[in-house]
Amino acid sequence: MGEFVIRCHRRTFSVLALAAVALLASARPSAQTSTDHKKKSFSFPGTVPVPANNKLTPTRVKLGEMLFFDPRLSGSNWISCATCHNPGLGWSDGQPTALGNGMTAGKRSTPSIVNSAFNKLQMWDGRFGSLEEQAVGPMQAPSEMNGSIEQILAKLKSVPGYVQAFEKAYPGEGITKETLAKAVASFERTVISKNSPFDAWIHGNQTAISPSAQRGFDLFVGKASCDVCHSGPNFADDGFHNIGLKANTDEGRYAKTPVRVSKGAFKTPTLRDIALTAPYMHNGAYRSLEEVVDHYNRGGDDRQNLDPNIKPLGLTDQEKKDLVQFMKTLSGKQVAVTFPRLPQ
Amino acid sequence: MKISRFIGKAAILVILCSIALAAEDFMVEQKDKNFVYKGAKADMLKLKVGDAIQFKNMDPYFHNVFSLSDAKMFDLGSYPQGQSKSVTFDQPGKIDVECAIHPQMKMTVEVK
Repeated sequence: MGEFVIRCHRRTFSVLALAAVALLASARPSAQTSTDHKKKSFSFPGTVPVPANNKLTPTRVKLGEMLFFDPRLSGSNWISCATCHNPGLGWSDGQPTALGNGMTAGKRSTPSIVNSAFNKLQMWDGRFGSLEEQAVGPMQAPSEMNGSIEQILAKLKSVPGYVQAFEKAYPGEGITKETLAKAVASFERTVISKNSPFDAWIHGNQTAISPSAQRGFDLFVGKASCDVCHSGPNFADDGFHNIGLKANTDEGRYAKTPVRVSKGAFKTPTLRDIALTAPYMHNGAYRSLEEVVDHYNRGGDDRQNLDPNIKPLGLTDQEKKDLVQFMKTLSGKQVAVTFPRLPQ
Repeated sequence: MKISRFIGKAAILVILCSIALAAEDFMVEQKDKNFVYKGAKADMLKLKVGDAIQFKNMDPYFHNVFSLSDAKMFDLGSYPQGQSKSVTFDQPGKIDVECAIHPQMKMTVEVK
C-alpha cells in the first residue's frame, strides 16, 4: 500500500515535472525552435504570383522570350532587354551603372530580373506597380532603348512571325502596347532562382551548405539583423531604405514619395543569385560581397538620412567571411538559357 | 422649483451631448507590416472631426506613418518598436495613410 502511494506520488511528480518542462518550453522557445522558424520564413513558394488578366501560358512566355531578346524593340534596332538583363551575367550587365542608347551611362545599376515576379513594386525607386507597367518603360526611355511605342508596334506588325505569335498568345487582342507589355512580363515571370543549396538546407539536407555558411545564416538573422530588410522567401521586404552610401546624390524613392525618410532610399533587392550580380547597390558602388558586408559592418558611411535600422555591427573577420559564404548559397540551380530564333 | 428642474435637465443634456461629441482617441498598431485596429487588419477607419489616432509600432524594426492627402498632410517620421505618435484629424475627408518604408502598409481614414 505504502509502496503504491509512493509510486503514485512518483508518477504524479514525474507527470508534473514533464508538464512544467513542456510549459517552460512553450513559454520560451529554444534557440533551435527560433532558428527553425526563421528558416521556414525563407521557404520558397511553389507558385509565382500572376495577375488575373494575364494568365501564364506557354505561348505567352514563348512570345515574351522572343521580344525580350529582340533588339528591334529599341530605336537603334541594336539594344534588346537582354543587352542589359544578360542571362549570362545573372540577368544583369556586370556594369556599375547601366549603359544605354549611344553607350550612355545611366545613374543607376541594372537590377537583375531574377525573381522580379515576386516584387510588389518594380524599379529601384518602385515607380511601377507591376511587371506589365515596367516592361515598356525602358523601351521608351531615351537613355535606355530609346524607342517609341508607335515605332515598335509598327515594326512588330510588319513581321508575319510576330503577327502569328501575338494572335496565338492573345487571340483577337492584336499587337498593342498592352499585349507587348503582357508578353514580356509573362516571360520575366519565368526567370526564377530556386533550388539553391540554401533551399536544400532549410528542407533538411544538413550538409547542403558548409558550417561557415550555416554560421553566416545565424548571423544574418541574428547579430547582423540583415533579415530586417532582406526578409521572406525572396530575401526582400518590398521596402525602401537609405543605406548610407558615400556621396549619393540620387534622391531615389523621394521622387515618388516626398517624405523625409524616402530621401536617398531605394528598394531592397532580392539576395537570390546575389553572388552572380556584382557590382552591388543602386549605383554599383561595391564590386564584391565582401565590400558590401564591410559597408554594413561600418553602419553605412553617409549618416544624414540613414535608415535607423542600420548600425555598426561589430563583426569579426571570421563572421564577415561566414556572411559572405552564406550569401553564396543563395544561387539557384542554374538553368540553360537558349537564345531564341527571332521571327522575320 | 420648475426652473431648477429645467436647469438640471439642461445640464444633463449638455453633459450627454458633450460625451457624444467628445473627440475619441483610436489606437492603431503597426504589426507584421500591417495597420491593425482592435486585433484585425485595418483597411478603413471611420472618424469624426477632432478624433485622433495613435500609431504604435509593434514590429521589431522602424516604421513610418505619413499622408499626402489634401484633408490631412503629415509625416510622423520613423520610430522603433514600442513607441507611438498621434495625429488629430481636424478636417473632413478621405485620408490615405501609409508607411513610407514599407509601402504595402496602407489604410484609409474617413473623417466626417
